[in-house]
Amino acid sequence: MSVPLLRTEGLTKSFTLHLRGGLRLPVLGGIDLSVEAGQCIVLSGPSGAGKSTLLRTLYGNYRADGGKILVQHQGRIVDIAGADPRTILAVRHSTIGYVSQFLRVVPRVPALDIVAEALIGRGPSPGEAREQAASMLLSLNIPRRLHGIPPATFSGGEQQRINLARGFIAGHPILLLDEPTASLDADNRAVVVRMIQDAKASGTAIVAICHDVDVRDQIADRLFEVAPYQEAA
Amino acid sequence: MNDDPILAARGLTLSFGVIPALLNVDMELYLGEILAIVGESGSGKTTLLNVLSGLLRPQSGTVTYRDPDGVTHDVHGMPAPMLRTLQRSDWGFVHQDPRRSLRMNVSAGGNVGERLMAQGARHYGDIRAQALDWLEQVEIDADRIDDLPRTFSGGMLQRLQIARTLVTHPRLVFMDEPTGGLDVSVQARLLDLIRSLVARLGVAVVLVTHDIAVARLLGHRIAVMQRGRIVETGLTDQVLDDPRHPYTQLLVSSVLQA
Amino acid sequence: MKGYNFAYLDEQTKRMIRRALLKAVAIPGHQVPFGSREMPLPYGWGTGGIQVTASVLGRNDTLKVIDQGADDTTNAVSIRHFFARTSGVRTTTHTAEATVIQTRHRIPEEMLLENQIIVYQVPQPEPLYRLEPSRVETKRMHALSDYGLMHVKLYEDIARLGQISISYDYPVMVNDRYLMSPSPIPAFDNPKMNMMPALQLFGAGREKRIYAIPPWTDVRSLDFDDHPFRPINAHQACGLCGAIDSYKDEVITDDRGGRMFVCSDTDHCERRRGAA
Repeated sequence: MSVPLLRTEGLTKSFTLHLRGGLRLPVLGGIDLSVEAGQCIVLSGPSGAGKSTLLRTLYGNYRADGGKILVQHQGRIVDIAGADPRTILAVRHSTIGYVSQFLRVVPRVPALDIVAEALIGRGPSPGEAREQAASMLLSLNIPRRLHGIPPATFSGGEQQRINLARGFIAGHPILLLDEPTASLDADNRAVVVRMIQDAKASGTAIVAICHDVDVRDQIADRLFEVAPYQEAA
Repeated sequence: MNDDPILAARGLTLSFGVIPALLNVDMELYLGEILAIVGESGSGKTTLLNVLSGLLRPQSGTVTYRDPDGVTHDVHGMPAPMLRTLQRSDWGFVHQDPRRSLRMNVSAGGNVGERLMAQGARHYGDIRAQALDWLEQVEIDADRIDDLPRTFSGGMLQRLQIARTLVTHPRLVFMDEPTGGLDVSVQARLLDLIRSLVARLGVAVVLVTHDIAVARLLGHRIAVMQRGRIVETGLTDQVLDDPRHPYTQLLVSSVLQA
Repeated sequence: MKGYNFAYLDEQTKRMIRRALLKAVAIPGHQVPFGSREMPLPYGWGTGGIQVTASVLGRNDTLKVIDQGADDTTNAVSIRHFFARTSGVRTTTHTAEATVIQTRHRIPEEMLLENQIIVYQVPQPEPLYRLEPSRVETKRMHALSDYGLMHVKLYEDIARLGQISISYDYPVMVNDRYLMSPSPIPAFDNPKMNMMPALQLFGAGREKRIYAIPPWTDVRSLDFDDHPFRPINAHQACGLCGAIDSYKDEVITDDRGGRMFVCSDTDHCERRRGAA
């Protein structure tokens, strides 16, 4: 399969800080990236080079200034860079999943429901969704007694595992992972690596940021270098 | 999701004397989505809400509404009885102060049942059963159904208002600072309730709030207002995480991190 | 009687009231404002009813006046004499002989016919009076047919008391359009208003409103499908004539708890006793 599920053409992004008198920070310049089904690309490069920015821009969380982000979405190609909000929401719902570095905590919602919510509108009944969510959490070593509790009081590692569960459970064809194993111990790291490998095997295209060399070697098919961007003066 | 907006506004302008409250405002809302309108006091967000819901007439510009049959109506051009019927059935309005819409000397059940009765419901048992169902959905104890709202806490009053508004399954709901003035823990519960009800019912919502966190939690899209204009609009997480307009950047950077 | 126009009111006033009456008849149940005049008795004593009667009375009419169903109470007698002296029309206590009947708080037991007019004395014409203090708001509710509030009140009654507790001035829906106060007649009398062959006119002097129900109009008492309207009446028979299905007054006969029930409609009771 050589058709990329996700491809960028000349993607550029800069930030203009109006609170700093309009200071302009160019971050991404002319990025051409391509990822196919079953492939995992790990973004590499020094800290602050723009890896996170690139990942977020691919998700539509940051807005591109120029270039294209072409996604295979339900049989056609959608350009995230120019898409209207409803389209982006639709793409996020069925095609692209994103696992951030930190879980954004929603008050009052128990861990199980946070994960089960990701399955809404994707087929399973509410009961089935919660069952699947439960087994996903168990495989990530979140014991049953924590399932009914909102994760605000969980440890960083536990929160991250819930974040991962939510990201992986929906089975998106494209996954964007920002430091998926950062706050995890060796056992849980291994679990996540297996999850990534399983996802790849079922055809998921993955773009990840991963500083842990071991993990990187186990999941990456290719490295994509993101260099700090210097604009021509 | 249908392709046509359920509610749309073009060129809304309104001044109170020499004070411009709305300056050439456009917006669109689609079925099943929540649009959060944020801004500080004096931004015009409440004025915009009132114009969109037909409560206030703009000096220029139009507001159009697409009814369940797909017919588009000019909200400020339609006859008063028609607008009133719309406001009673297909639309809902959740006020910041629940006492504005609740009848404080009528029982909780009567408050929830009123819109049903106004629409012609004439079976006492059915009306009561629906009221009980809705009290349960907004997490009010069933045995409070005959209690007067003056015995309810602020959070309960707001939840009662929500039940009273949603009982007729409106397609479009306007919300004005629904969690304003409530304790933080109460707010969390209410926001969660609103989030799940709206998702389950597929309602379109215009939500006005000064609280960015509320907008981030509930809104699919966000519009930032400053001095009568919408200065930035788009996907909620995009506008809040990658703000472009100077005012949006100021607003976002001013949010206290808990 | 010298110095007064026929039936006391001047012709211009009668004309103004007749215009209001025409409008009221054209819009059944809708309250029409009118320029209520100073009458020789204070507000609360039937000035509205008297003005309506004065405006429709003609030389060939026969007038009956009742108060709580009786022809012989002080007020009924006074009003009857008032019209006798200022118009010279025939008066009667027999329902069947009257062409105009002015009443306070009751509808005669005997069915009224197409050649008759019944004029009700109304203290408070606004059926939503106790539920909505703002007149501006009640006007809007009538205009937009927005009557949810009244049904809420009935719902509250059932929730709190197990049944609708309204025993008089029970709200009705006229011609499927306007919510109306039938005046403080007992709920028992409400069914008589439905499809009545006679013309029904309502006058409120203090509140300055006139309304009407033309003959053969649909008048329905508000209720719920599972709590239908039931007219309430004492189950005792009349102590004088034995009638079971007429509306009865309870009369205390001594200071030892003795009491009897008698027909409220004195003419009806007399006829039954006469026929017996």
